[in-house]
Amino acid sequence: MIARLLLCLALLAPPAMAQDAPRGGLEATARFGAETATTTLRLHTTTDIDVLGPAIAAFAEAHPDVAVDFEQWGSNAMYEIARADCVAGRAGADALLSSAVDQLVELVNLGCAQPWRSAATLALPEARRWRDEIWGLTREPAVILYNRRLVPPEDVPRSRFDLLDLMRRDDQRYQGRIATYDIEASGLGYLFAFADSLEATSFGALLEGFGRAGAIATCCSAEIIEGISEGRWRIAYNVLGSYAAARPAPDVGVIAPEDYTLILTRAYMIPRSAAAPGAAAELLDFLLGPEGQGLMAARGLILDPGGGGEAESAERPIRIGPALLVARDAEKRRAFIRRWRETFPQPTP
Amino acid sequence: MVEAAGPFPASRSLKSRVVTAVLSLLVVGGVVVALAAFAYGRQAARTAYDRLLLGAANDIAETIQITEGRPAVDLPVSAFELLALAPDDRIFYAVRDAAGTLITGMQADLAPPPRAPAGARFFDDRFGPERARFVTVPRRFAERDYSGTIFVTVGQTLRARETMALGLTRDALIAAGFAGVVLLVLALLMVERALGPLNAIARDLSARDPHDLTPMSAEVPAEMAVVIGAMNRFMGRLERQVEAMRNLISDTAHQLRTPVAALRVQAELAAEEPDPSRAHAMNARIARRSRALGDLLDQMLSRALVIHRSDAARREAVDLREVALGVIEAGDHELVAPGREVVLSIGEAPVEVMGDALSLAEAAKNLLVNALRHGAGRVEIGAGIETGIETGIETGNKVGRAILWVADAGPGPAPEVLERIGARFERNAAARGKSAGLGLSIARAVAEACGGRLALEPGPNGFRTALILPALPATAEDRP
Repeated sequence: MIARLLLCLALLAPPAMAQDAPRGGLEATARFGAETATTTLRLHTTTDIDVLGPAIAAFAEAHPDVAVDFEQWGSNAMYEIARADCVAGRAGADALLSSAVDQLVELVNLGCAQPWRSAATLALPEARRWRDEIWGLTREPAVILYNRRLVPPEDVPRSRFDLLDLMRRDDQRYQGRIATYDIEASGLGYLFAFADSLEATSFGALLEGFGRAGAIATCCSAEIIEGISEGRWRIAYNVLGSYAAARPAPDVGVIAPEDYTLILTRAYMIPRSAAAPGAAAELLDFLLGPEGQGLMAARGLILDPGGGGEAESAERPIRIGPALLVARDAEKRRAFIRRWRETFPQPTP
Repeated sequence: MVEAAGPFPASRSLKSRVVTAVLSLLVVGGVVVALAAFAYGRQAARTAYDRLLLGAANDIAETIQITEGRPAVDLPVSAFELLALAPDDRIFYAVRDAAGTLITGMQADLAPPPRAPAGARFFDDRFGPERARFVTVPRRFAERDYSGTIFVTVGQTLRARETMALGLTRDALIAAGFAGVVLLVLALLMVERALGPLNAIARDLSARDPHDLTPMSAEVPAEMAVVIGAMNRFMGRLERQVEAMRNLISDTAHQLRTPVAALRVQAELAAEEPDPSRAHAMNARIARRSRALGDLLDQMLSRALVIHRSDAARREAVDLREVALGVIEAGDHELVAPGREVVLSIGEAPVEVMGDALSLAEAAKNLLVNALRHGAGRVEIGAGIETGIETGIETGNKVGRAILWVADAGPGPAPEVLERIGARFERNAAARGKSAGLGLSIARAVAEACGGRLALEPGPNGFRTALILPALPATAEDRP
């Protein structure tokens, strides 16, 4: 009887999954771990396999009974799936790791996460955990990139005010040569822009400057880095530093703004309906442990932006907490994007 | 017997009783304090966090603006930072118009907005898997292009409230527990102090020599004085009995040694006497002597009995007339002095005293036998009440004197004999094989045991020996 029931479930399950999951967001998959593993951990993440892969491989090696199904998703698709799973009470991913921290905070706020406490999680600073249900694993500054060949040393912007001055110059040198994320296409770009708007009054001036300099809004980190390297753009604002570190390109200079540097921490959470929460907690502890942190640091996920002593005070971590819910508010987002659109009239194709 | 009095199964000690009482008081008090503290803590937490909730809702309501005919909300980060003061609680918010249509925020099956928007309204509901507290704040608009009320609902789970309530409760309980421990220690010290005299008495008793029956020190608290008094009375009785026993043995040894030795000598002589007629006379003497010895033994035993009973027997109302009558009826005097005239002299009225009937009868018998042996002429025995103040009686009340008396027509003993008479035993008498002194000493012991005395006095018609005892007052009053 039970065997027949299981058979029925097995027959029913795959089509149901295929129906619900918008597969379009899936970018890459990989499997880590031995064939003999008894537990399979489904990890949904926005992080590239080649960046996070070594840490996951080390985890699978240290835990031979756990195999990791690594699925790389676009952040919005990943969020939609997780939310649908949560509402349906269905076992989907066992662990989520996303750079779109606000999305995961919203999931936690909806009660979609389950708590985990260990020495490693409790050692995290307050800004990097909330309710013991979501944790920040990485430390990635939002930086200014510039082309070393095309931007003379005296022009290199050390802070937002330098950038403002450059954009207000009359020499047209940087006209149409400044790039940043398109906040409508990039969740991360929106999060950075939103954090900027909270952080300083200079955001309005910055938007106005972008408008005057005919700045370009584009979607992806890889494209921005490539454009800077090739000289298509000379300066890029608010690029995730870890991408630049992970993809060293010729002639790309990196600046952590001196007025303040936003620090993003990728968020990890264990869905309430996870099938293998124990393995997810083990992975969390591993990634927070010295080996996991070391492997992620080697891939640029844990960066010290200032590199100097007094830069410490310029760090503005994007705190994991309920304040990020404001960023998720539909009205707020609509108003914010409307304001943004006034500067960047048409989305870049 | 002394050994058996060691560790015997005592009921629970006073200390454990007091400690139990204090502990149960503390437990009950602790529960009450805990409940009160928890209720207070919840109330305090509710008040505190309700204010945060209301503040956040008002913050959000402030930012509502009507643009192009529709309400727009610029959600303020400050509201969420306010709510983040409860750091681990999930947040719900929704901005709805009067019809309940969501303008922005989260979808939830919440109660519809109230019809009459009077002001902020708090309520409890569920938010996902947890319970939560909500507030709905109305904001009214009367613009050219929009008119109506917008409702802002903000909710938060209860983690911080519960933590605060538990924290307050815990603090209160820690304080209460501390006070409880102090109270317990104080109570123990008090009990220790209060029971100090008891321990002192116990120490005194166990350190006491087994033969030491002197009264114990009376410097104890009033509550203990009763016990000590009873104990002292008990020891006094015990001591008198031991003393009486000692006296009996000593007297017996002393008084019997001489007559028994004499008897033995005479018996030996008689056995060696060749002349049958003299031997016969000697045998008769031996018989007479042994009879006297028997009398002496009787009296000694009866004295011991009387003295024993004076402490041990229960006192009851005894009519002295019956005692006198009983002595006559027993007919002992016929054996002592056959043919002598003995007259009973009693009245109509009862002569009641508190005493031991047996002892009194023994005393009366001794007085009668004494009078028959040593007195002369007619012997009279009687009982009656004599009115008047008897100074020798220690009752203090003006009670009558009950008298049990024996009188003869003789002159009484010589004055120097009278001096010594009534002492415990009369060596001379004993040596002579007589027992006059012993009889009087029994009478005196009985008189004293009944709170009276023995009077030996020459009367108008001869000599009178009398037991003068306090009469029972009821008796005197009953008489017309």
